[in-house]
Amino acid sequence: MTGRNHRPVYYSRILQSANERRAETHPLTWRLNDDGSLVGLQDYLAKEGYRAVKTVLNEWSGQDVIAAMKEANVGGRGGAGFSAGLKWSLTLQGGDMPRGYLVCNADEMEPGTFKDRLLMEQQPHLLIEGMILAAYANNSKFGYIFLRGEYVESARVLDQALRQAREAGWLGDNIAGSGFDFDMVVHTGAGRYICGEETALINSLEGKRANPRAKPPFPGQSGAWGKPTVVNNVETLCNTPAILLYGSDWYQQLSGDRTDDGGSKLYGASGLVNRPGLWELPMGTTGEEILELAGGIRNNRTLKAWLPGGASTGFLLPQHLTIPLDFKNPGSEGSRLGTGLLTVVTEDQSMVSLMRNLEQFFARESCGWCTPCRDGLPWTVKLLQAIENGEGEEGDIEMLEKLAADCGPSLTFCAHAPGAAMPLETALRHFRAEFEQGISRPRGVAHADPIPVGSV
Amino acid sequence: MTHQTHATTIASDGFELHPEDVAAIRHELAHFEQPEAASIEALKIVQRRHGWVPDDAIPAIARVLGLGPAAIEGVATFYSLIFRQPVGRHVILVCDSSSCFLTGYDDLQKALSKQLGIGFGQTTGDGRFTLLPVCCLGACDGGPAMMIDSDTYGPVMPEDVAGLLEDYS
Ligand SMILES: Cc1cc2nc3c(=O)[nH]c(=O)nc-3n(C[C@H](O)[C@H](O)[C@H](O)COP(=O)(O)O)c2cc1C
Ligand code: SF4
Ligand code: FES
Repeated sequence: MTGRNHRPVYYSRILQSANERRAETHPLTWRLNDDGSLVGLQDYLAKEGYRAVKTVLNEWSGQDVIAAMKEANVGGRGGAGFSAGLKWSLTLQGGDMPRGYLVCNADEMEPGTFKDRLLMEQQPHLLIEGMILAAYANNSKFGYIFLRGEYVESARVLDQALRQAREAGWLGDNIAGSGFDFDMVVHTGAGRYICGEETALINSLEGKRANPRAKPPFPGQSGAWGKPTVVNNVETLCNTPAILLYGSDWYQQLSGDRTDDGGSKLYGASGLVNRPGLWELPMGTTGEEILELAGGIRNNRTLKAWLPGGASTGFLLPQHLTIPLDFKNPGSEGSRLGTGLLTVVTEDQSMVSLMRNLEQFFARESCGWCTPCRDGLPWTVKLLQAIENGEGEEGDIEMLEKLAADCGPSLTFCAHAPGAAMPLETALRHFRAEFEQGISRPRGVAHADPIPVGSV
Repeated sequence: MTHQTHATTIASDGFELHPEDVAAIRHELAHFEQPEAASIEALKIVQRRHGWVPDDAIPAIARVLGLGPAAIEGVATFYSLIFRQPVGRHVILVCDSSSCFLTGYDDLQKALSKQLGIGFGQTTGDGRFTLLPVCCLGACDGGPAMMIDSDTYGPVMPEDVAGLLEDYS
């Protein structure tokens, strides 16, 4: 495979084959092609595409849409799990409220997360349809897909799909003869993880530095340019068409009796597994099932720990593989679902080195507004570097615990700092001995198990 | 909102915005309620032509948008993909986030540095490549991942590096 002329071009892949993915059970991915090629407008239309828009815009009220979304209890797929229906009911549309904005959060920068890219690059019309429906429910006049700058292919595919949708009358004035007007554009970002935080995103959209805003007012009341603004993740919006076509009961039973949360979810796995990738599975699928689909750990290594949904979730252990990965259950172990894409750590990989890498990310990406985040995170990096080099001192672990606690929920302006604290707190709790090894030991022999070099 | 639509050249201390860029920036204004919102895209438009955003471009952009230069400068310094120093003809972004870290980032970064003779933040002497770290590229199932210009690669093994770079002259 490797060699001078090997060009390892990356593209997003769903690892279930087309005959495993059906409309009734895989609302997000059943239309996708096995070879990863684009589901264009004609393919999409042939597979029920824009049927929800046609029906709903002509026959339902916006309130009906919100009621259906509330009943389906769709938890936001951007990581926090807030009910989309509830969010949509807060825009206070009607009366003398001006029409506001709908923003799709396509900033996808959480380390370990690669799901929204698949939906945008291979099936752009499902997202566009979901956005039209969300705009209708919220009476939004214009939409933005806030896309991270590095997703060049997503931007190309979405721009083309928006043009086609506009030409076909799915965007613009009087959509599908319903009298509803809505249009949208792709807005590409210019780097910085913090842009994914929804109020920072709104600042960035307005052309400002991406510092989060104080809440209240919530964006639904006063967001972009002071207008009601709804921000939802790509995957959340992609769930909407099927829910409105098939109903909330259908959506609920997609997850069977595994969990109280309904629907399906894009789960994934990365790290040293045999088949890293993505699968659409019932909400509440366990880590064990996902790891099995991923073909287990590479090269007969063993599992040491795993993050259930990105860098800002807490470390879980092999014994936690049977926990249903939903919005509630990982919480009992000090973690959370996050984005639902597993990062796997093997027995021979150092938790100290990995933690140093994670905190370097969080420190670099802090927007610098709050003290525990701006000053505390670089300090954790310093301490972790010292421990990694065997130069840690007595009290360093306690200091790391304190710095993590200072970044806990509601102590800072946004959830970036709590996101940095959760993996640190759980790593210190589960792997304290590994951190202790790095204290007052000769340089170089401190940790028996660095991240393997040259052996992957 | 009304905007001039004809292409004009906007000069500022020796820096001239290309008429096409002025037109592109004005076109962007139509997407937003306030001109400030076009500032990031305006910086990207200038960067696409010049490879980076020279200091003198800031007041020129500010004038097209009808804003003060401080607002544009504040934005230009915040975002990591706006380059404020000259970069090479090709920019290599190497993912240094967790999944890539666990799948061979270290070897990849070393192979790149060795092949190019530069470290992060540096440009090769012939002006061909600039090497930069980047947050998770959303290609974690293909870790270790990297981009060269707008092309995404992964998993990239150290032995792939020389062949990959050959395609970018
Ligand atoms: C630092 C930070 C980064 C975030 N990045 C993203 C992101 O890239 N994509 C995303 O959808 N949500 C991200 N979020 C969550 C958003 O703030 C927000 O909850 C989400 O867009 C709401 O959409 P949902 O309810 O559909 O999930 C981030 C949050 C924080 C604190
Ligand atoms: S917690 Fe960190 S990222 Fe969030 S507002 Fe405070 S300093 Fe900025
Ligand atoms: S961690 Fe490198 S692409 Fe996600």
